[in-house]
Amino acid sequence: MLRYIAKRLLFMIPLLIGITIICFTVIHLAPGSPTDMQTNLNPKVSLEAKERLRTLYNLDKPLHVQYVLWLKQLAVLDFGRSFSPDQRPVLDKIVERLPITIAINVLSMILIMLVAIPIGVLSAVRQDSFFDKATSVFVFVGFAVPTFWLALLLMILFGVRLDWLPISGIRSLNYEYLPPLSALWDLIKHLIMPVILSAFGGLAGLSRYMRANMLEVIRQDYITTARAKGLREGVVIYKHALRNALLPVITILGLSIPGLIGGSVIFETIFAIPGMGQLFYMSVMSRDYPLVMGVLFIGAVLTLLGNLIADVSYAVADPRIRVT
Amino acid sequence: MAVAGSVVVLLLFVVSLLAPWISPYDPSAIDLRDVLAGPSGAHFFGTDQLGRDVFSRMVWGSRISLKVGFVATGIAIVIGAILGALAGYYGRWVDAVIMRFVDIMLCFPSFFLILAVIAILEPSIWNIMIVIGLTSWMGITRLVRADFISLKERDFVQAAKVIGVSDLRIIFSHILPNAMASVLVAATLGVAGAILTESALSFLGIGVQPPTPSWGNILTAGKDNIDIAWWLSLYPGLAILITVLGYNLLGEGIRDSLDPRLRD
Repeated sequence: MLRYIAKRLLFMIPLLIGITIICFTVIHLAPGSPTDMQTNLNPKVSLEAKERLRTLYNLDKPLHVQYVLWLKQLAVLDFGRSFSPDQRPVLDKIVERLPITIAINVLSMILIMLVAIPIGVLSAVRQDSFFDKATSVFVFVGFAVPTFWLALLLMILFGVRLDWLPISGIRSLNYEYLPPLSALWDLIKHLIMPVILSAFGGLAGLSRYMRANMLEVIRQDYITTARAKGLREGVVIYKHALRNALLPVITILGLSIPGLIGGSVIFETIFAIPGMGQLFYMSVMSRDYPLVMGVLFIGAVLTLLGNLIADVSYAVADPRIRVT
Repeated sequence: MAVAGSVVVLLLFVVSLLAPWISPYDPSAIDLRDVLAGPSGAHFFGTDQLGRDVFSRMVWGSRISLKVGFVATGIAIVIGAILGALAGYYGRWVDAVIMRFVDIMLCFPSFFLILAVIAILEPSIWNIMIVIGLTSWMGITRLVRADFISLKERDFVQAAKVIGVSDLRIIFSHILPNAMASVLVAATLGVAGAILTESALSFLGIGVQPPTPSWGNILTAGKDNIDIAWWLSLYPGLAILITVLGYNLLGEGIRDSLDPRLRD
């Protein structure tokens, strides 16, 4: 088991290097020099100051040397300072927003698992029934619906017309004055719509995949054996079939992590949630390059970590994997 | 299922081709006397915050959606097919390097990458198309590679090699046409995905810029006027939904008919 984890970690290293190369390439796509904002656009800056800035940011060195120097900075988690007026270190800005995004994504994944797996199982068990057909339609529509549009519609319905749920932020204005239980409920109310919307796309995909998997597993010989032995149908389905069908689902969940992280940009912007996605959006709009690069890199690393966790969970669940 | 999908797709083509004739108003025609008017006889889908007719803007917006969808997917197919073919045909280290590259690209949340690149270059339609294409080729590469690995050992390939046909010709004239089936399915679904991505980008303001109409940027106005102009939010989204659904159904229909019965 430990060997398996070590192997996976080793595998991740070239991926990590590749991620840094791509981030580096993307940074250097920018026309003009990164210091233009502080120099060419500022008429008060002298020629020596421009040269000093260039040397400070290592821009006078050849590209591969710049890359290595940048890598060294990354290794100590120095992402530079934000271009925005507050000039705070990029890492601080990201770290303070990271917990919220991770929390919402984790909740989304839990929601996806809780809803999609039963739907998939039931669809497979009752193949071609009304339930199956209805959920198929639902899944197809779910694939096609632009989630930000759904967000707007739900906001209009639940937020504006019915006034059941708040439509922005994660806390109400009177948060500090609420007793703890109300405060918790307030937090939950704010999170309901974003989490549901974030999970929506993944729901459709996973339930369909679950259904296909279950259908395949149910056809297997050992299921027929279990039934022939006289086990109750419930035990056959939920103890034997489900366990085997569940395994690839873990991989799919792992594969959906980049989608969740990327999608968080849209939700956090629409619902004004102070997470990493909204930070990314704001930095993109204000062309705050250090911040953009920082979030891009952290996003990729999070995906990598998520895939690692998915791989390890798969190994925990399926003993056959550990032997290879 | 495929029939329903192709009907929608065809309808969309017709609408976008006939845009200059069927749109009742000029999509950029500002009429400040009629700002944020609801759906009516004069304005089927209402007007937006500058008095422009939403229906006309949506009809013209269909051109943008289709353009972006096809060009972006086209780019993805070209990259994916070439890389997949090389990886599948040559195998060993070429395969390893290319697949590692695919894995690296898959680590990035593609939306992040797209946003970052468009932030760095400006948000023109061409940049959007190229960037979406550059982030969606990975799946196609895997499909083509799988096809190549299985087709490589077939008799007609061995025969061509024996005759002395060059590698390049074998790849492009002999094997690739047979691998196109799964690529076609991926392409159809890819167009749907590209349309979704483009509308998301336009919605966030980093896609197609106003006054050029795009379904996504009409929705931006919808967000800003969410409490007073529900029609700005409903109709463009509905259009995106139906379009993407049409392409998805078409793609699934093609997949059902091509696989595995006709897979040779």
